Amino acid sequence: MKRIRTKTMSKPKRKRASPGPNLSKAKKAAVRILVKNIPDPAVNGTKPPMEKIPPVPKEFVTEADKMAAKQRDISVSEFFLKNRHLLGFDNPKKALLTTIKEAVDNSLDACEEAKILPEILVEVKQLEQQDRFVVVVEDNGPGVVREQIPSIFGKLLYGSKFHSMKQSRGQQGIGISAAGMYGQLTTGVSTKITSRISRKKPAHYFEIQIDTAKNKPTILKDEIVNWKKPQGTRVQIELEAKYQKGPRSVEDYMRQTALANPHATLIFKGPDGTKDEYKSATRKLPTAPKEIKPHPHGVELGILMKMLKSSTSRRVSGFLAHDFARISSKTAAGICQQAGIDPEAKPTAIAHGEADKLYRAMNATKIMNPPTNCLSPIGEPALLAALKANVDADFYTAITRPPSVYRGNPFQIEVAAAYGGKMPMEELAQLLRLANRVPLLYQQSACATAKSVLQTAWKNYGIQQSKGALPTGPLMIAIHMASVWVPFTSESKEAVASYPEIIREIKLALQECGRRLDAYIRRGARDAEAKRKKDYIRSYLPHIGIGLREILGFKQTDEKKVLGLLTDILEKERA
Amino acid sequence: MDKTTEKLIWVAAEKLYKEILKKEVPMLDFPMRSLENVTYDKKKGFFEIGDRVVERSLSYNTIKTFAQTIRMMALSHEIVRKNDMATKREAYYVSKNWGEARFTEQPESDTIMDDIEAHFRINREKLGFIPEEKGGDIVGKLVVIDKDPNTGKDIRIDCTGFGTGAYSIPTDCEGLQYETKAKFILAIETAGMFQRLVKHNFYTTADCILISMGGVPTRACRRFIRRLADNHKLEVYAFVDGDPYGMTNIYRTLKVGSGNNAHLNKFFCVPQASYLGVTPQDIIDYKLKDATHPLEEVDIKRAKDALKNDPFIKSHKPWRDAINQMLTMGVRVEQQAFAKHGLNHVIEKYLPTKLKNTSKFLP
Repeated sequence: MKRIRTKTMSKPKRKRASPGPNLSKAKKAAVRILVKNIPDPAVNGTKPPMEKIPPVPKEFVTEADKMAAKQRDISVSEFFLKNRHLLGFDNPKKALLTTIKEAVDNSLDACEEAKILPEILVEVKQLEQQDRFVVVVEDNGPGVVREQIPSIFGKLLYGSKFHSMKQSRGQQGIGISAAGMYGQLTTGVSTKITSRISRKKPAHYFEIQIDTAKNKPTILKDEIVNWKKPQGTRVQIELEAKYQKGPRSVEDYMRQTALANPHATLIFKGPDGTKDEYKSATRKLPTAPKEIKPHPHGVELGILMKMLKSSTSRRVSGFLAHDFARISSKTAAGICQQAGIDPEAKPTAIAHGEADKLYRAMNATKIMNPPTNCLSPIGEPALLAALKANVDADFYTAITRPPSVYRGNPFQIEVAAAYGGKMPMEELAQLLRLANRVPLLYQQSACATAKSVLQTAWKNYGIQQSKGALPTGPLMIAIHMASVWVPFTSESKEAVASYPEIIREIKLALQECGRRLDAYIRRGARDAEAKRKKDYIRSYLPHIGIGLREILGFKQTDEKKVLGLLTDILEKERA
Repeated sequence: MDKTTEKLIWVAAEKLYKEILKKEVPMLDFPMRSLENVTYDKKKGFFEIGDRVVERSLSYNTIKTFAQTIRMMALSHEIVRKNDMATKREAYYVSKNWGEARFTEQPESDTIMDDIEAHFRINREKLGFIPEEKGGDIVGKLVVIDKDPNTGKDIRIDCTGFGTGAYSIPTDCEGLQYETKAKFILAIETAGMFQRLVKHNFYTTADCILISMGGVPTRACRRFIRRLADNHKLEVYAFVDGDPYGMTNIYRTLKVGSGNNAHLNKFFCVPQASYLGVTPQDIIDYKLKDATHPLEEVDIKRAKDALKNDPFIKSHKPWRDAINQMLTMGVRVEQQAFAKHGLNHVIEKYLPTKLKNTSKFLP
């Protein structure tokens, strides 16, 4: 049986090649397991060669060998089922959400890359069996060329976005194919894809299953069909799921996605006849994020080692200057000197101990912050527009902080808030968490965003807050973190890790937001008071007119005149 | 009915109208209605209102009362013009038709009415408003000559002829005439004591007229006693509880009028009244010590207030002494306390003893 490829096994040749005769098989297996579990942002996921492990002579078979052999026998489906919680398929409700999320992420990314304003339809249909649903996601994106359709939808961990130092949605790395596989495992029904790349080209229809043993697509149907769309992609997956309204529902996700992507038009059709339409709030496409080289303070030792091994530079000094951001040849020389490494040495020849020295030297050296022009925030105008389009409130505000850096990774915080309207007065504020334009729906309390909100003294801004709780009032806060690398607390990528730099930036944005809210609430209170007084006066003034008319017996016109004069007198007096 | 009232209201309204036409802030002034703005002249014998005035100019804060005052004036104007009348309660209900300017509780409309009375310095009967309050009950050697409201014929009412009941003082006693040979009027605080004296024919034995005030005497009660006492040169003795309320509220109001309506006191007071009892000294003289109650906080506050602010108490040393004595003793005593010595001790012993020495009554 072939081994599965994970995103961490990006240098399979090296890994599979015998590590050396002095290492036992068990140790080799252990190394592989270890490597397999380290997420590796520095390498991209190319297809590994599916070669066989050289057979071990029988006389040397040990327990460790047996264990190692077992280790190799994990199939894709087993891996998937055992790690479904990591991939967002813990339970039927979440599975539905993840499936939609993956498909929508793909669509949005594809549209943005092709500079198309996305129009995405999401449809959830319930089948006769109560726990079975069909998810359809259809976009107006660039489409997928026929040859790539099976791989994209029928092969796990196939993609273009792995570990580039670039702000992107799909860091999940499992993609739509995992959703297809979940569907296949729970219902046995294949993934159905229709895609068309141009008005001039035909639409292709595929039915694909994943060969879970080989991680290869099995094409059940491949035909040309009539499709009204000039271009775009439609994915249909049948799966075991649970459809539920309320927080963390598909509706919730759609609403938040619309907020995070003001340029997108989203339509959601639910199994119960729900139809939510989110029209794009701006016609401006987000600026395309730029790919940058890693910053020396942002890499870990293991990654540095991998970078050394894969470098095309002939000298360490060149490697440092070429493969990292913000290292000049002078700085590179300084680092080498501090690490006690010959700058002329071949990067591939740097041993573990030397790499560690190099790593320490890099971190000890003061290096300019990474360039931040690689980020693509939503932007204040677009955030405001999206907020106004999606939330019924009296006051809206949005703040985009200047870019900042945590551990060598550029990031940028945005906070938007809506206040008043029909939002409940006595309930906790709603917090929307967004990372690279993707809503985070689970594990709120573990998230740096929630912690920052809790740590902000909302009472200073005229908003109630119980100790250790979110503020109370008709308030919605959305926090967006854009970064080339969003640090999540765990593999499930549901909460942003609490780096002090990140918390600090979020809090600064929240405080600014609080000040604006405070000003609004105060102004509102003042206006309301003035209006109340005016109304109060207006309700009694006519009685003075009536009384005087009754006593003096003058005409209705005189009464009106009296009323007008009295209004003037009182208004002048109050001003 | 009363052309002067009509005219008064018309003039006041016209003043406001002219102010408004001149784009000035319309303003009404009222004499300040509290003990602070009351003077007491022993020779005149009643509280007189001082010069202090509250100006109510139209503003956000005053607009509600301002509007209500004008509507109430208009109501009074209409009542007087049509020769009708309205009780205070009815006036309150009329306001229910005024939308936002309506009164929620009667005390609100009563206050506005008092304001208007004070503003024009006339009593509310002249404004066409009459109170519902009972004037008080009378039994004794008195014949009241009233008129039949239908025929206009005189009616003679013998105040000894009500059996176990009593003659009720009407709200307006200006038209009444009296015939009496009684020696004095005894004004009693409680209906219970009044009943006891009636039951045992005290008015015959003591040759007097008994009046039950039922607490602080109403305007009608004070006016009735005043006219009767003036016309027949009768002494008026008050028999009330020996506590700060009985002394400084009931008796003081009977004698010199109220602080709140000082603009009317000239007619609604009984300056010839004097205080029979119960006095703090009586507690000692009649061995009532074990029939007393300790003064409560409100009693002490009321007593101290009177010593400090009440022009009447302040200007009579015997009263200051009596109140101080009570404060020192720290107790109050009720009219009924004499029952300790036997139910009729008050009739057989206390009142006759006291009445032998009326010159010693408190002023």
